[in-house]
Amino acid sequence: MPAQLTRADVLKVARLARLKLTDAELDDCTVKLGKILDYVASLNEINTDEVEPMVHAVELSNVFRDDAVQPSLPQTAALANAPKSDGRFFLVPQILEGA
Amino acid sequence: MSSPTTIIGLEVHVQLQTQSKIFCGCSSAYNPTHPNAQTCPVCLGLPGSLPVMNRRAFELGVKTAIALNCDIAPFTKWDRKQYYYPDLPKGYQISQFDLPFSDDGFLEIDAPGDSGEKRRIGIIRAHLEEDAGKNMHDESGRGTDSQVDLNRAGTPLLEIVSQPDLRSPAEAKAYLEELKLLLTYLEVSDCNMQEGSLRCDANVNLHMEAEDGQKIATPIVEVKNLNSFRNVELALEYEVKRQLEQWQKTGQTLGEVAKETRGFDAARGVTFAQRGKEEASDYRYFPDPDLVPVTVSSAFLDQVRESLCEFPADRRKRMAVAYQLSDYDVRVIVDQGRAFANYFEEVAKLCSDGKQASNWVTQDVLREMNERRLTIDEFPIRAAVLGNLLERITKKQVTIKSAREVFVELLSELHSRTPISAHHIDQIIAEKGLALVTDTGELERVIGEVIAKNPKAVADFQSGKQAAVGALIGQVMKSVKGADPQKVRELVVAKLRG
Repeated sequence: MPAQLTRADVLKVARLARLKLTDAELDDCTVKLGKILDYVASLNEINTDEVEPMVHAVELSNVFRDDAVQPSLPQTAALANAPKSDGRFFLVPQILEGA
Repeated sequence: MSSPTTIIGLEVHVQLQTQSKIFCGCSSAYNPTHPNAQTCPVCLGLPGSLPVMNRRAFELGVKTAIALNCDIAPFTKWDRKQYYYPDLPKGYQISQFDLPFSDDGFLEIDAPGDSGEKRRIGIIRAHLEEDAGKNMHDESGRGTDSQVDLNRAGTPLLEIVSQPDLRSPAEAKAYLEELKLLLTYLEVSDCNMQEGSLRCDANVNLHMEAEDGQKIATPIVEVKNLNSFRNVELALEYEVKRQLEQWQKTGQTLGEVAKETRGFDAARGVTFAQRGKEEASDYRYFPDPDLVPVTVSSAFLDQVRESLCEFPADRRKRMAVAYQLSDYDVRVIVDQGRAFANYFEEVAKLCSDGKQASNWVTQDVLREMNERRLTIDEFPIRAAVLGNLLERITKKQVTIKSAREVFVELLSELHSRTPISAHHIDQIIAEKGLALVTDTGELERVIGEVIAKNPKAVADFQSGKQAAVGALIGQVMKSVKGADPQKVRELVVAKLRG
């Protein structure tokens, strides 16, 4: 059995996903996510010694496109959904590098 | 304390020379003047869009990996590497994690200096991934917004990770130069560092042995985004000094502190600590469900192998033997790139004198190219014409000195706009009277005249002053421009000795 999911684990995953959870939500998620993991863990009861590891859910391979340029979106359309733009660039709060 | 050994491993990101991006049909051309004009729902990361692998990008990756002596995996897949940054619209980068398409190769380089020693630098892996967009920061410090251009987002990148086999900053530079040369020979990338087609991160630390035999390693530092080979070398030289001082001060060794990421300030010549991305190593990779795996058949591999050209290292070996050139000359020629080496070989074949061709190509042609800022493909004297000129030296129709005069004259006619041909060589030789005079009757006549006009020089020579003959030869050469100086000397001396 995998180790029990802790509140700290949920907090870490939430931070990585940029989610702000209240204390109550954290408690709630810890219980609910724990139940999901327990459910999935039932797969561990199956003997898979003879089974090739699955790396992909789709049984397709080698889907390629030719290296040909297709029309892009006009700049205005590309920027249309930007929260902030100067008409040429997406604008984001200042990124500090090396600070 | 033993003197420290420098341990360096390099990660090189190189943009593959495709027309379109790696997972969509947007142009991958460098276009900073029109930001956000080469994007679509796929590379903008809009919901519901579906990436599809660019076949050409995959082929170019495999081609490079074969040239780097890597094993090509029969089965490979794409994974999502998840982190937040403004230049990464999807919130993840499509990359390869545990099943890269190639691994375990090497690149052989010449050790820096003149030892002639070969060094085999291991390649851990080469994998394909998409590039991020480009952020531009306000440098004024007024805290205005940063600008994001997503034209580059989704450009195909090949990441080539070396083993920590490099032992000095100079060796790191030599590795990068050989790698770049190989990539340009293969025509998989233009490797233009100004445009960011080739970027390098360097991992470096020091290994030492204390007097009690205990092995000490300093903490590993990654220096990011080095934008020239010279800066790679300078940043690493600085790091070697800094890490030794830091260790002497703090005694901190590998494992005691987290791996540090540093930037390089080229203006001040120093590396500086960068704020580490929070929990940066937790990328939570998982297979990208939008992209299907690739299985590589032996037929596909054969097809890629057939598209390979001769590698620079092999070409140096072959040319040294075929044209009887020194290692130095061969290196100068091959390292100028494939087009230059082709030019040389055409000239050498036409004039049947490899050494002569090498002298001209590495001195005269290279000098004029650099002064005029031309590539070999733009150089106005084509290989056929230079080969024709040098063939006349081989056939003793002109002297080397006269041929240089013709060469200069050919270039001075640059403005005429007509392509320079062998016909121009004939004209110049005729106009300047540069044809090598093989008619000894004509030479003897002129020598007779010169001797008659210079009794003092003749007397000096006959009284034992060997040098006096020089003045006589000079005068003969002046009247008969195309004369072979060696032949003139023989005839003059013979005549004076009577």
